Order: sequence, then C-alpha cells, then structure tokens
Amino acid sequence: MATIELRKVEKKFGDLHAVKPLDLAIKDGEFVVLLGPSGCGKTTTLRMISGLETVTGGKILLNGKEVTWNHPSERDLAFVFQFYALYSHLSVRQNIAFPLQAQGMKKQDIDARLKEVVDILRIPHLLRARPGKLSGGDQQRVALARALVRRPSAFLMDEPLGALDAELRESMRAEIKNLHLAQHATTVYVTHDQIEAMAMGDRIVVMSKAEVQQVGTPMEVYYDPANLFVARFIGSPGMNLVKGRVSQGAVHIGDCGRSPFPPGWNTAITRALDGRDEVLMGFRPEAARVNGSGSFSGEVYTTDMHGAYTVLHVRICGDEIVHIRSDRQTSYPIGTPVKFELNPDMVRFFDPRTESAIRREAP
Amino acid sequence: MSRFELQHITKRFPTVTALDDVSFSFEHGEFFVLLGPTGAGKTTTLRVIAGLEKQDEGSILLDGHALDSYTPAERDVAFVFQQYSLYPTMTVYDNLAFPLRSPMRNTPEPEIRKKVDEAAEKLRITQLLNRKTAQLSGGEMQRVAIGRAIVRAPRLFLMDEPLSNLDAKLRESLRVELKHLQKTQGSTTLFVTHDQIEALTMADRIAVLNEGRIVQQGTPDDIYDKPGTTFVAQLVGTPKINLLKAGRQDGTIHVVDSGLTVPAPKLPLPESFLLGIRPEDIRPDPKGAFTANVNLIEPLGVETILHLRSGNNSLVGLVPGMAAQKVGEEIRFDIVREKLHFFGSDGARIVGDAR
Repeated sequence: MATIELRKVEKKFGDLHAVKPLDLAIKDGEFVVLLGPSGCGKTTTLRMISGLETVTGGKILLNGKEVTWNHPSERDLAFVFQFYALYSHLSVRQNIAFPLQAQGMKKQDIDARLKEVVDILRIPHLLRARPGKLSGGDQQRVALARALVRRPSAFLMDEPLGALDAELRESMRAEIKNLHLAQHATTVYVTHDQIEAMAMGDRIVVMSKAEVQQVGTPMEVYYDPANLFVARFIGSPGMNLVKGRVSQGAVHIGDCGRSPFPPGWNTAITRALDGRDEVLMGFRPEAARVNGSGSFSGEVYTTDMHGAYTVLHVRICGDEIVHIRSDRQTSYPIGTPVKFELNPDMVRFFDPRTESAIRREAP
Repeated sequence: MSRFELQHITKRFPTVTALDDVSFSFEHGEFFVLLGPTGAGKTTTLRVIAGLEKQDEGSILLDGHALDSYTPAERDVAFVFQQYSLYPTMTVYDNLAFPLRSPMRNTPEPEIRKKVDEAAEKLRITQLLNRKTAQLSGGEMQRVAIGRAIVRAPRLFLMDEPLSNLDAKLRESLRVELKHLQKTQGSTTLFVTHDQIEALTMADRIAVLNEGRIVQQGTPDDIYDKPGTTFVAQLVGTPKINLLKAGRQDGTIHVVDSGLTVPAPKLPLPESFLLGIRPEDIRPDPKGAFTANVNLIEPLGVETILHLRSGNNSLVGLVPGMAAQKVGEEIRFDIVREKLHFFGSDGARIVGDAR
C-alpha cells in the first residue's frame, strides 16, 4: 500500500527540460496513467519515481516520507518494462522466484507466494518452460508475476504492452486491469496509447513537451479537455475543432452555419476573448448528427465503415474536415451535400490565442 | 477500362507454399484490399502481380490478356511500400518528378511541372516541394511516396502496408485522404494490410487471405456482417466477436453453461455449434431477458467496453458513451437476435434453409 507524491519534480539535461516542474499526488490504490507522445517526458517521470533517474529539482515522497535521493532498491517499487527483461537461461519458475531468493526468503515461503501469483495470472502450466519458448503475451505475464511476487507497495509500468500485437494488447489490457481490481496496488502506468489510458486509468496525466497538460479522470479528459492538445490527442478520431467568429451571442462557422451559444457559455466566452472575436469550437464525432434541417452544412469527403458504426468525413467551409459518428445505415457518395446538428451539451470552446479551454459557468 | 484477374495462382518457395490456388479479380476504379495476418501471402501476391516474382502455376490477366510474359516495367504498376524509399538528398519536387524523367518516358519539363503540381496539391504537400525529403516527418514522407506513384498515372497502384509505420493519429488522417484521393481520381488500387480497420474503412471489396489461401471475398459489409468462418469473424471487429458453445433442443438454442437461450432460426443447425455475438449486439436493458455480472469496465469515451460474466461464459459488450454500469453489479441485457452468427464444428458459417 502506498501513496506517491511529486512536488515540483523536474529533470533538466543542460538547459533542456526533459520534465518541467511537476506536481502530482497519487492516492493509495490508485491506477494513474502517464500519457503522451514519444519525447513528452512520461518515461523520465516514471524513472525518477523509481530512482533509476535522479531529479534536478523537487521532491518525491512515498507514503509521506521523502525518498528523493534513496537508491531504487530502497523504494519498494516494482518496475515492469516494455521488454520483458527475463533471464533466458532460467526457467519461468526461477525467473519469478528470483527477487525473493535475492531477499533470502525461505523456500516454503517462496513456493507459497509463487503459487499465489501464477494462479492469478493463469500460468501454472508454464513454470518449467524457458522464457524464450513462450509467446509475447506469456512472457509479459511472467514479467508481471515477477513484479507481483515481491508484493511491492506500488507498481511502475513502462509501456508493458507496447511490443504486443493489437489483439493481444487488448486482452492483456483487461488482464492487468483485473489484476489491479483484485489487488488494489498503487500503479503508475506509462503509455502513448490514448485508448489504453482511457480503458485502464482511474486518472490520466496527459503530457506534452515536458509539461503536464491535464490531470483528470477518463471522463474529464474526454469531455472537458483542458486545451487543444488534449482535445486532439484523446479520442479516435480526436475532437473536431473548427474556427468560428463570435457575434451577438452566437458562433458563426464561416459561411457554413451558425449556432447560438449553448446555455452557460455567453459570459464565459465574452470574458475569455476580451474583445477579440475569433474562437475555436470543439465537438466530439458523436456530438454531431446528420439531420436535414441541421444548422451546419458541408459535403461528404468520404464515408468509412468501422464495423459497429460509420464515420462520415464532411468538408465544411471549403477546407475543414469534420468527423461525424453515425450508425451503419448512413452512407453517402463523395460530394453529397449534408446538414448536421450539434448536441449543445457536448459543444466546447477554446481560445485560439492561448489554446486553452474556455470554462463555462456552473449552471 | 481495365480488369485484373488472378487465376489459380500458386507460388512455392523451397520450404513453404506461399500462395495456394489464389483467384480473385478487381475492376478499374476499384479499391481492393487483401487482408490477412503476417505470413498469409499478401506481399507475395503483390510481387507476383508486379512481375517481381514468378508464379509456379496460374495466370494473371489484364482485360483477358495474359500478363505473365511481361516485364515489371511493361506491366505499368506503381508500388508504394511501408518504407518510403525516397531519395533523401533530392527535394520533394525532384522525388516526384523522378519517375517522369526516366529516359523511357521522356516527358517534357513543363508537363512534368504540371503533373507534379497537381499531385502535390491533391496530397496537400505543395508547401514542401522545395524541401529535402530527409527533413520531412513520417507522414509527409509517405505522402511524397504516394505522390511519386500518382504522377506516373499507372494502370494499377500496389500498396504494401503503406500506413503501418505511422502513429495512430497520422494513420487515421492519411486513411481518409487516401480513400478520398482514390475515389476522386478513380485509380485502381490493390492495398495490402494486416489491419482490419484499414480494410473495413477503405475497401470497396476485401479478400481475406490466410496461409496462402483466400478464405472469403466480399464488401466490408459482407465480411463484417456475414463472416464465412470463425477465422474471419475473429479477424474483423474490435473488441472481438463473442463465440460461445451452444446446442439446439426443441427449437431453442441453449448456450452451454449459461442461462442464454434464443429461439432457433430457420437454419440447418447441428446439435452443437458455435454461436457468435458481436459486442455491439449485446444491449444492456433493465427489462432484458438475460443477466450477467459486470467484471470490468473499459471507458473509451465515445463508447465503453463491458466485460461480463454470464453463467460460466465471459462476454464482451460494447455500449455507446460512458457506461452507467458499475464493476460487480448484476445487469440485465438483451441480444440483437437478427444479428447472431452460427458456425459449425469445422468453423464454417452455417447457411441455408432448415429442412
């Protein structure tokens, strides 16, 4: 059981910030995902928590005690990597037992612990095998078992599913989450895959360019992204963002439509723009609905069938393409004029100058 | 107008039969996708069509004429690979112009400029024309590689996983661009991928390849709605289709080890078979006929994956938006009965009328 706290933790290489001062408090039993594109600083952050990387500023606290300068082995954290890092000359059993033997634990205690974790991960039949003979998924299960067997106070996982194919990644994702639900060990999980982050995280820390962009639940980062980066990065496709002009309580999108501000937005937008009239309007693909009497018009760019649903790509105002999620029956030839309507509850606004979200007033 | 036809193509390598009696055809203007896992024979098929590899048996026809004795150049096909294979020291413009400057074509420079400009505009890379390709991002490089194929206006585009090396966001946007371009240009394209989403979203028709054999051909709707085998059923759709052991008794279908029963459809069902249910066809409903426990919830934003336990069976459901269900809760649900799939013990879809 553990809480992890980062206070103004930063990492500089010379003049270059790998991680800008970062504050984060992780609760006991929480599953927190560090999400961002490669080079955003997520892995460096994880490595600083583990002690594999030193900080150049700030403090790290485990269970309220400062461990900023403690050796990794003195932090009681277990690290799971993308590459399994198993010992190829040892059997699966020996690989899993290794950390306990290193601690000098008695054989019968080791056996009891081992049985517990291999049952959870459903790998008892693999104990005698060599890691090299196993599938990618099984190797990752063994790596997880080796981390789990130590009963560390927290898990640090660095893209543990990154090397697996899409199908296996999906099933392992559910297994890791199940494991977490069963054990409730504090977990910090690094990934560049927003679907993984959404599916697994209690909270997501979205990072870009060495900086935290937003910390929130999957619901918050999806419905109320803090800025344009988060709006685009979360979701597949990301949030539609179209240039608009504000006038007399309505937003005008070029000459292809206008919509009055949804309730709660008027004052917020007026205050945020402070006399300017350009705004970015954002809406998720499922917030739009094709409707013959809709307020916005465009023409079909292409239509994609995704199995369970269809995505319409609609060109509006000449050069912007918006994505509309729709049911399977909807299919139009390229160039077909269409009108669509937005669900006012799901419309968001962003300040194009700061790229930050404008927050509407509480109702 | 042109129609390509592969007739009974077999290709053997010393230790493996890469293609085993492969036949399919596609028409001028069609976007045809070969979908299959690694090692299925997709790339070999492309190489045989291009003339880079000689088949052991069978024939390739263009409008009814055999192409088998033609050299790769005479076949007039353009290849786009996963690796961009651009000339790094040349500008984007020179890379695009390169195929037109070949002595065989001898195209005058003003015409080259016109063609390059057109292709660049279609691919939205006009602003990059004077850059060296080494300075471009992955997505830009792949646009240039596609542009270089377009300027030649070949008879056929062969694309070998051209989007696989790109990150998810870029892949999504290039998919849309590529499809729009293909449809507005009316070019004939044979596209190879292991990614079922690419196949469903871009193809006019799909051929599913496995271990050197075509297992099913059809439109994306056919492949998704009427998978011919359990292999195809599991290959397309994410999350994967639920396949449950089931039996038939007195006009009712019973799923083994669960309370799931539905009236048997008018199909020649054997006594035991596999019942397939797509995750989106599991519909939570307080008045639903069935119950399950919620094991795990994966909220993806636009939709939520529900991992359910019904009797001794695991079921995966997919519901729109953020789910109201909670882990540990018992829920009621229905299944969309018109959309059930039935497979025999050999894995083949059960079709036809009940006797």
